[in-house]
Amino acid sequence: MVVDDIARTQTERDLTSTPTIPLSERIAPITGAAVVGVQDFSAYYGAFRALDGVSMQIAEKKITALIGPSGCGKSTLLRCINRMNDLVDGFRAEGRLTYHGQDLYDKGVDVVEVRRRIGMVFQKPNPFPKSIYENVAFGPKVNGIKGNMAEIVEHALRQAALWDEVKDKLQQSGLALSGGQQQRLCIARALAVQPDVILMDEPCSALDPIATLKIEDLMRDLAKEYTIVIVTHNMQQAARVADYTAFLMMRQDRAGELVEFRDTDSLFTKPKDKRTEDYITGRFG
Amino acid sequence: MAIAARNRPGHDPYALTGNRTRDLGERVIHGLLLACALLSVITTLAIIYVLLEETVGFFQKVSFFEYVTGTKWSALIEPRSFGILPLVWGTIMVAGIAGVIAIPIGLGAAVYLSEYADQRVRSILKPTLEILAGVPTIVYGFFAVNWITPHLQDVFGDRVGFFNGLSAGIVVGVMVIPMVSSLSEDAMHAVPQSLREGAYGLGGTKFDVSTRVVIPAALSGIVASFILALSRAVGETMAVVLAAGSTPNLSLDPFQSFQTMTAFIVQVALGDAPTGSIEYQALFAVGMTLFVMTLAMNVVSQLLLARYRDVYQ
Amino acid sequence: MSAQPVILTSSNRQQTRAWISRSFTGGTFLCTLAGVVALSVLLYQVLDEGLARLSKDFLTTLPSRFADRAGFEPAIWGSVWVMGITALLTIPIGMGAAIYLELYAAKNWLTRFIQINIANLAGVPSIIYGILGLALFVRAMELQRSVLAGALTMALLVLPIVIIASQEALRAVPSSLRDGALALGATRWQTIRGQILPVAMPGMLTGVILALSRAIGETAPLIMIGAFQYVPFSPGGVADLPDCASWSDGCPLKSRFTVMPVQIYSWAARPQEAFQQTAAAGIIVLLAVLLSLNSVAIVLRNRYQRKVKW
Repeated sequence: MVVDDIARTQTERDLTSTPTIPLSERIAPITGAAVVGVQDFSAYYGAFRALDGVSMQIAEKKITALIGPSGCGKSTLLRCINRMNDLVDGFRAEGRLTYHGQDLYDKGVDVVEVRRRIGMVFQKPNPFPKSIYENVAFGPKVNGIKGNMAEIVEHALRQAALWDEVKDKLQQSGLALSGGQQQRLCIARALAVQPDVILMDEPCSALDPIATLKIEDLMRDLAKEYTIVIVTHNMQQAARVADYTAFLMMRQDRAGELVEFRDTDSLFTKPKDKRTEDYITGRFG
Repeated sequence: MAIAARNRPGHDPYALTGNRTRDLGERVIHGLLLACALLSVITTLAIIYVLLEETVGFFQKVSFFEYVTGTKWSALIEPRSFGILPLVWGTIMVAGIAGVIAIPIGLGAAVYLSEYADQRVRSILKPTLEILAGVPTIVYGFFAVNWITPHLQDVFGDRVGFFNGLSAGIVVGVMVIPMVSSLSEDAMHAVPQSLREGAYGLGGTKFDVSTRVVIPAALSGIVASFILALSRAVGETMAVVLAAGSTPNLSLDPFQSFQTMTAFIVQVALGDAPTGSIEYQALFAVGMTLFVMTLAMNVVSQLLLARYRDVYQ
Repeated sequence: MSAQPVILTSSNRQQTRAWISRSFTGGTFLCTLAGVVALSVLLYQVLDEGLARLSKDFLTTLPSRFADRAGFEPAIWGSVWVMGITALLTIPIGMGAAIYLELYAAKNWLTRFIQINIANLAGVPSIIYGILGLALFVRAMELQRSVLAGALTMALLVLPIVIIASQEALRAVPSSLRDGALALGATRWQTIRGQILPVAMPGMLTGVILALSRAIGETAPLIMIGAFQYVPFSPGGVADLPDCASWSDGCPLKSRFTVMPVQIYSWAARPQEAFQQTAAAGIIVLLAVLLSLNSVAIVLRNRYQRKVKW
């Protein structure tokens, strides 16, 4: 079986000498529909391999967390899903990364449409140096979304739990808001183009604890309608919000690999791979 | 709700297809912008072609050997003679005097601004020096004729002609001081502080650190600034036209009148030579010589600048 | 055992070194001052010669064989027309090239070649551009000694500077802005037009203004184009522009012209003292124009730097 072959070659390259378990036991299937499928996916920056043979699935309208120590490739994987890595010189992908069954890296795929469907919120809030209204309206305008713009803006800001705080100052600059508010503005901006999936790259790492909790509450609300994938270096955050969790690690050859993937409860209470257990209990990372 | 707005009957709501009109628009814009960038390449080719065309015609009438080794230049007055050396010498003399002025003063100013001046002083003096670069060259020419030449005559007496190379050289030197000081200062500024601290720690004075650590470390950038300033001096026109005159001359005496390559080009242009005449072609031949000289100097200084950038960035 | 006391006073050699260092400080300061002094002397001398000659008449009359009646008006209007057309040409082309090189071009050998080429063009002496203009615009394209030929020549001269300055302004825009826009499904041009250009524009405009202020003082290229002739008329007004559609003689772009620095040169080249004073008056006007332009650029740059506080 291909999966066992992969497991065997990975064994030869593993750093730790702990007894290894086959891939099929480390990667659990999800219940329900998959929006994004990852099949033996590898990513390269020039000659450097950043990700090696990742296979997993992102469940629809659930929150999936990618955790792991620095350099394990979790951000790289996230940015591959909405093809933001195309902007990096020398980037190359191998394997399959599918969205509703279509290969995202297929020749005929329109990158602009991909990014509309799969939105992204960045680690450091990056609102445009324009008014709050214009920040949210930019996405729908460039995508040609018709309708009453004021309504679209209001709806997005409500969904992002920001409307009440800014409804009287929509013409004010987005940069005048607090860090947490700026991040929610960025979320509203992403929601305004009516995406399917929202990717969040360590969205709370630049925020204070109270703002963080607000964003986590928001995430749980949004998951009722959108599929969310979040990269976080904070294990407790993953345990709090995520339905599924993937744990990645960097090998000695600096490539990142998927160690274990299953529903969050099981991963944190009954991890099957010793490396996962070591990471969760704080023995490294 | 998420994709509802995009649903069309019979159309896969999750299809990742694009918008052909939009893509065409993007490609048109890409093409237009590329054309703008390529215009610069076309400009260079045009310069080379234009110069080459008439230069080739010139060398069909004048021997290359005579041009390069002849010591008499008389392009407009009979008997004609086309030895380029007097014009090249005039250019070298003016640029040389300019260098003697600009290089020490510019380097000294750069050292002061980089190593000694505090932020406030620097923020006043640096822009003031930049103003020197912004003054049009015609103003420098005027200044040379109306102030420098009379004062030179006061000091040195009748040896100083109304047109003289020294006056032109001085004024061009003042003009390019900011080129030397700005670029050298940038180069010195890029030297890591840790290098200086190491030298201070060993008991060096500021003089020691500046001359034995900072300047050697920034040397390629500094030399690049010298070459660029000299290249600018070589290409300078109006100040030398007004101050140095139009007498081709191979003398070593800076108080006499000289004609530079650029001054000759202006002289022909003012005379409105017909296309195809030997004067017209001579204009291009001298222009080609000037272009090659400055291009060589600029390329060398670019290479030096790239070297210093690589070392520190 | 008798220990030698340690004395931290300086030896002779140390004192010499300290003296050298202090003189060095003084020397380099004098160098800096020398530049400032030269500038002051130059300005004083120009003002001294020309201030008396400066008057409203000077600005509004035509040049003449008689120094005391010579006026600057055609030169001023000539400069306005030539610089205006030059700006109209360089702004879109220069900014367009900069946008291409910074935001579209792949980092390959062609892009590097174009960049090196632009850097070289910036260092080519301005008189060479004059030669190009003479051969290409005046003679080959038969535009003769017109405002248009002059403007095209100045545009080529100024273009490399505008491109380099615009590229720097674009480079200063943080990439997080671009990422945020692209992640929303914006195309490359939508990102540039909607987010990047508005932020980079003040910096780009500053570069354009500084480039134009250099061009206003350029004499040699326009002498090559033929602006030196005795031109006792201005190119015309904006109302005459419709004539340009048929390239008839009323079109200001077709007109012969002179510009401020060339007129100054024609006066300064004459031996009479009275003409020297007239030239000085012209220089004062030219410097005043340059001062205003540069002040606008500086104000623009300061406002823009205050606005962008990421």
